[in-house]
Amino acid sequence: MALYSEKVMDHFMNPRNVGVIENADGIGEVGNAKCGDIMRMYLKIDDEVITDVKFETFGCASAIASSSMATELIKGQRVEDALALTNKAVAEALDGLPDYKMHCSVLAEEAIQAAIEDYKKKK
Amino acid sequence: MNIYADNAATTKMSDRAIQVMTDCMRNYYGNPSSLYRIGQRAKEKLEEARLEIAKLINAEPREIIFTSGGSESDNQALLSAAAAGKRKGKTHIISTAFEHHAILHTLKKLEQNGYEITLLPVHENGIVRTDELEAAIRDDTCLVTVMTANNEIGTIQPIKEIGGLCRQRGVTFHTDAVQAVGHLHIDVKEQNIDMLSASAHKFHGPKGTGFLYCRRGVALSNLIEGGAQERGKRAGTENLAGILAMTAALKDSVAEMDMHNEHKRAIRDRLIKGLSEIPHSALNGDAEKRLSGNVNFCFEGIEGESLLILLDRKGISASSGSACTSGSLDPSHVLLAIGRVHDVAHGSLRLSIGEDITGDEADHIIKSVKEVVEYLRGFSPVWRDLMTGKREFIL
Repeated sequence: MALYSEKVMDHFMNPRNVGVIENADGIGEVGNAKCGDIMRMYLKIDDEVITDVKFETFGCASAIASSSMATELIKGQRVEDALALTNKAVAEALDGLPDYKMHCSVLAEEAIQAAIEDYKKKK
Repeated sequence: MNIYADNAATTKMSDRAIQVMTDCMRNYYGNPSSLYRIGQRAKEKLEEARLEIAKLINAEPREIIFTSGGSESDNQALLSAAAAGKRKGKTHIISTAFEHHAILHTLKKLEQNGYEITLLPVHENGIVRTDELEAAIRDDTCLVTVMTANNEIGTIQPIKEIGGLCRQRGVTFHTDAVQAVGHLHIDVKEQNIDMLSASAHKFHGPKGTGFLYCRRGVALSNLIEGGAQERGKRAGTENLAGILAMTAALKDSVAEMDMHNEHKRAIRDRLIKGLSEIPHSALNGDAEKRLSGNVNFCFEGIEGESLLILLDRKGISASSGSACTSGSLDPSHVLLAIGRVHDVAHGSLRLSIGEDITGDEADHIIKSVKEVVEYLRGFSPVWRDLMTGKREFIL
């Protein structure tokens, strides 16, 4: 059995929405280098709709795939809907993650929340 | 292209070992404990193997106990020496911070049972200092256990000197030589070794087979109770096919050792030179006093598991000391022991090459690692912060 699903491998090998948004409306960062995972999310928000999202991740394949999938799931969504995104939804969209990698999807959920919080603070 | 560069994890069995193994299964299926000729022929083969293994490390045949591998040998050696120490009122044990878990976890268990454990530092070069060992030996020290060569960074320890010090002070000396047997010259007499653990699958033998050398006069207690096999020190019908295959593999490895080491050393140094060109990288462990097949690097700003998976896609099988590859939160205890901080220890890569590697393959590895590290740094927030000065470079 492969370590990861084909979807995880696809999002790891060809991550979507990689990069930085200059003058982002919200930036969120979670995790730390000591633990081996850092996720940073950049949001462009117009009229409470996420019009663009980019990420940078330091971490394992499932952390990178989770970031990529999370950005796809919230792009074009309303801020309040993005806030409701759960780690479980991210993991399910990737056709599952190994148990000991579920924390990667949690990081993705938290990174989005942190970015939205930052946006609300700036507003 | 497929390049297997994880020989420290396990090796491919040699054709000869496979041949010997299947021959044994067909022709020497008898139980060595049975008295009829089919059994006795198996017994003869078993004792021939014991004699051969003993010769290869300059031991006596009765000093070799066949086991299921390195972990069992380590467990038996440590628990035996600890029990023997306790009988004399000695309950202090010295080891190092970067031993294999078969040693460290056994020591943890002994600690819970009242033993006192001293773990010596291994310094930035990954080598134990004999003066520090000498200072650590006490009147109640019953055992010193130091690995011959480290499994992650390949650094070679001053075994002969350590053994000499132990001999002078009347302390039993055990060495986990799992990474060394078949790759370095081992002479238990000359190197003052009382106990030594070995595992067949690290030198092109089968998995699930190994041996423990225990010098005559050093007390051994058994882990597995039952029949009187192995002079009553290890019960269970002998794994004859595995033992014969291990013996054939070790004989070949020792015969070709110098030639293989010379070739691997040249390729190793080519890899080290090539990978050193990657900015903000560092070789882990001493550059000279290391196994000829071991290359271990840290690359700042990236994480090891994603590096391994991308290298696998380029046909390269390697390993890493990142937490994600171990399923734990902490990166390799070996890298932490040589002073690498968590942040960079997560970005480690171990290449353990075999004797069949070619120069072209080494160049393919260098090129691939360079590409993958650059790619991963391209979207690493840590790397961005390092490049924009928000975070200080460690390497």
